[in-house]
Amino acid sequence: MADNIWIIGATMTKFGRYPDKDSVDLASETALGALADAGATIGDMQMLAVGCLLEASNMLGQHLQKQIGQTGIPVFNVANACATGATAVRTAMLSIKAGEADMALAVGVEQMGKMGLLGPAGRERAKPTGFERSGRYGTVMPVEGVLGTQLMPGVFAQAGMEYASHHDGVGFEQFAKVAEKNHAHSTLNPLAQYQKAFSLEEVMGSAMVAYPNTLLMCCPTGDGSAAVVLCSDAKLKTLDPDVRRRAVKISASVLTSDPYVESDTAQPDVSTLTKNAAKTAYEQAGLGPQDLDLVELHDCFATAELIHYENLSLCEPGGAGDFIDRRGPWRDGQTPVNVSGGLISKGHPIGATGVANLYEVATHLRGEAGDRQIEGAKVGLTHVIGLGSACAVHILEKAAS
Amino acid sequence: MSPSMQMSVVDYLVLGDSPHLEANACTSCGALFFDRRNACAKCGKLDFERRPLATSGVVRSYTIIHRAAPNVPVPYVSSVIELDGGGVVKGNLIDAGSDPEKIELGMKVKLTTFGCGVDEEGTEAVAFGFVPA
Repeated sequence: MADNIWIIGATMTKFGRYPDKDSVDLASETALGALADAGATIGDMQMLAVGCLLEASNMLGQHLQKQIGQTGIPVFNVANACATGATAVRTAMLSIKAGEADMALAVGVEQMGKMGLLGPAGRERAKPTGFERSGRYGTVMPVEGVLGTQLMPGVFAQAGMEYASHHDGVGFEQFAKVAEKNHAHSTLNPLAQYQKAFSLEEVMGSAMVAYPNTLLMCCPTGDGSAAVVLCSDAKLKTLDPDVRRRAVKISASVLTSDPYVESDTAQPDVSTLTKNAAKTAYEQAGLGPQDLDLVELHDCFATAELIHYENLSLCEPGGAGDFIDRRGPWRDGQTPVNVSGGLISKGHPIGATGVANLYEVATHLRGEAGDRQIEGAKVGLTHVIGLGSACAVHILEKAAS
Repeated sequence: MSPSMQMSVVDYLVLGDSPHLEANACTSCGALFFDRRNACAKCGKLDFERRPLATSGVVRSYTIIHRAAPNVPVPYVSSVIELDGGGVVKGNLIDAGSDPEKIELGMKVKLTTFGCGVDEEGTEAVAFGFVPA
């Protein structure tokens, strides 16, 4: 197809803590890395998209330009919750599709520091003075913990428990097995924030955060960046043979939001938009779940990963519990899921995540993933979801040689 | 001694002799919402009416929260309740303990109210939760 878009450069920092760097440092490192990987310079780029959630209003893309090259090209500063990075990549893609650019750079970055699992919501709240209604619900005081929870560990726990309520054979143990797997996978990934294996008993026995999610079933906060260089089909034909050989095709790129469901009044629906995105992505790519050699999906919590097995059609309807029980998503299983360690162990610097999973899959398709390489990988899928809600699914394919 | 004045903690909780939740119902498609509306998220139409909702329902999902802000008492059970006759709402399961063995998905519950804070003028905020029916 003439309008294919290609990833020709990809890189990421190790995820972790960088107290001595700022987000511009981290973004510069991956931007320059991705450009070098593509054999390109900032002068070749006709568009820049920078995804960062917590500094979305800071013109971070322009600050990045001031470090790596102010060439006057259009800059898009992108924020879309946990789908921020993937949306930045998609924004770059759309510029190429629209014919405004033939090469573009997309960077995802976040500097979260040690903000804690609950972020600002974990801090002590002020005592009430005079009650007065405010906001769209006419609330007189903060209601977190009073009218249920709306913090992420609990919301995703509830999403998982709702799946459990409809399907026998799904419970605490199945959810915990997801984290056992991702921690095990991360021991092979030098870029992961944590690289330590835990037994199922250790996962289930760690501090309970929001049942059934224990601490080892929750992603950490952290810092990091990832970047990709994209180009058009026509541009690719003009590039060096070595760049062409390592190019990875974006066979599908889909962004969805929540369609209305009745339960939106209680909490965001993480499943319908993921199912919709996956269905459209498989159609765009002309591929199905059986064709996938690896998947990097949004395991912000172990409960989330389990329900996405079904949402992405990696298992039969209702079969997510069985899928993990028979080790289907392990790296030597039916469809390896999160061989990077996933968000749970690789880490989740929000804006970087949706670019880093493209880096991960592209690196396997290039055959350059080292110890964690899935041998002979030809097709991979990435998925991110941010509440509430944005979901991005990409399908990547190894270049036909 | 009960405080002289009470206020519901959110305006979709109606107090009085028979406390219940009230939704903004789309007059066109019937979709229910608890917040102030601009238009209907389901059908896009503009007109709404207040509709009282049932005080009984079933537990659609839950989680037991063990980690929260310092002055939020833990553990507590957050749940998603499907009300009989329509409406899905989030609230705590009251006095449900912290043992997942004792909480059943799909179990029948009914609405209850409880005081959740008193301001400097002595007004008590009243919240809702659910108990086994």
